[in-house]
Amino acid sequence: MKPIYFDHAATTPLDKRVLEKMMPYFTDIFGNANSQHMFGREAIKGVDTARDTIAKLINCKPSELYFTSGGTEADNWVLKGVADAYKEKGKHIIITQIEHAAMLETAKALEKKGFEVSFAKPTTEGIITPEEIESLIRPDTILIGCMFANNEIGTIQPIKEIVEVAKKYKILTFTDAVQAAGVIKLDVKELGVDFMSFSAHKFYGPKGIGALYVKNGVKIATMMTGGHQERTKRGGTTNVPAVIGFAEAFRIANEELEENAKYVTMLRDRFIDGILKEVPFVRLNGHRTKRLPANADFSFEYIEGESILFSLDLAGIAVSSGSACSSGSLDPSHVLLAIGVPVEVAHGSIRFTFGKHNTVEEVDYAIKSVKEIVERLRALSPLFNAKDGEIKNV
Amino acid sequence: MYNEKVMEAFANPKNVGEIENPDGVGLVGNASCGDIMQITLRIVDEVIVDAKFKTFGCAAAIATSSTATEMVKGMTVDEALKLTNKKVVEALEGLPPQKLHCSVLAEEAIKKAIEDYRSKQAK
Repeated sequence: MKPIYFDHAATTPLDKRVLEKMMPYFTDIFGNANSQHMFGREAIKGVDTARDTIAKLINCKPSELYFTSGGTEADNWVLKGVADAYKEKGKHIIITQIEHAAMLETAKALEKKGFEVSFAKPTTEGIITPEEIESLIRPDTILIGCMFANNEIGTIQPIKEIVEVAKKYKILTFTDAVQAAGVIKLDVKELGVDFMSFSAHKFYGPKGIGALYVKNGVKIATMMTGGHQERTKRGGTTNVPAVIGFAEAFRIANEELEENAKYVTMLRDRFIDGILKEVPFVRLNGHRTKRLPANADFSFEYIEGESILFSLDLAGIAVSSGSACSSGSLDPSHVLLAIGVPVEVAHGSIRFTFGKHNTVEEVDYAIKSVKEIVERLRALSPLFNAKDGEIKNV
Repeated sequence: MYNEKVMEAFANPKNVGEIENPDGVGLVGNASCGDIMQITLRIVDEVIVDAKFKTFGCAAAIATSSTATEMVKGMTVDEALKLTNKKVVEALEGLPPQKLHCSVLAEEAIKKAIEDYRSKQAK
């Protein structure tokens, strides 16, 4: 049987149509987009068209879009760049407890440099409420950052409402839309955010390319000093084929958005219903409906996530785990702990993220595999008395 | 990250279960750390004639439990006390560095089971 890929939140395969569009830019149209001759002009034409395409899809001006090496760079840039540009105004930043490591680690680095960061707490269903954000606002708050959708538990955040709160206090807002882009329609004007980050490989585009939307008139320090690329804000020779691929993948994702969301939601719900029916002592993490179409995140009690991950791997199914053992740290996922999953239960967490190439047969096979694997591992677990399905106190 | 030997021991572990009325029980680790190992021993005339385990933990924890129980079977109690985590890791032809603590757990579980046996003997 062909290996089954259920880890689309980690990365997605490049869409073949995207590859086709990128190919000429590796060989024939190879010019440096900064060169003034015909080769350079041809390359910059491709980059400009790509920027226009993306800008139109998120309803911004092309001049408000800066290409980066990916989501992590864009997240780093926003936090450090806003902190630097507005430090005279204030040294307080609000983000959430469930941000990606790119945000959390950057925030910690800023703390060491004298900034203060407040971390908004999610509800037990993984939602950041506008009220929670408002309670953390101070006179010296310069930025509020909240991801659009969570990468682990898939919850979709009320960004528009959070921005409305921020606007009352005239505070800048940022949303990391890495998991949402290409899956949910994004309109920066309608949302009212000042910054938004993107990563192309999450929507069947190439790796190593992303972008940061920066609203016109908002200040941000330079990301990379160097040449005149990206209006001197982010120096470095433009990765032209990747930019082309980003735009084409984003165009296709938005064009096929509804159809894909409907299909992937069907797979996800079939899987969630199947697991909840077939496997006892399991909890679905996150919100039942306010979640990404592709995401199903479960905690399987009395067993450990990494052993589930490798058992599924042996069965030909690729997933990821929120257990400490898979990350090399001692603590399980910060997201699961933030939503109040008990630490011993968080150790048994597995994330399944579906994609447009997955099938109903794969989902059904996975439900069967998960059931068998959980039974096998529980039979091994000193916490679980397999004979009568009872839990032992150890 | 795991070698074939570790994956084999994880996929098809030996000595799974619990010995009824064991001569020694060792329970180490805790659920919040993500590792609990229970080893039960049958000891006849100071020789470990059977060993079984139950483990809540990662693939490395399960593999080391299986290997450690295999190794102590047939050993005298004194020999088993000298079983170090290093020997368990060698038998598995290596573990990733962040997984070495799993092998320490196996060594501790066996030592604790023998302690339990000794304390019962003293009574």
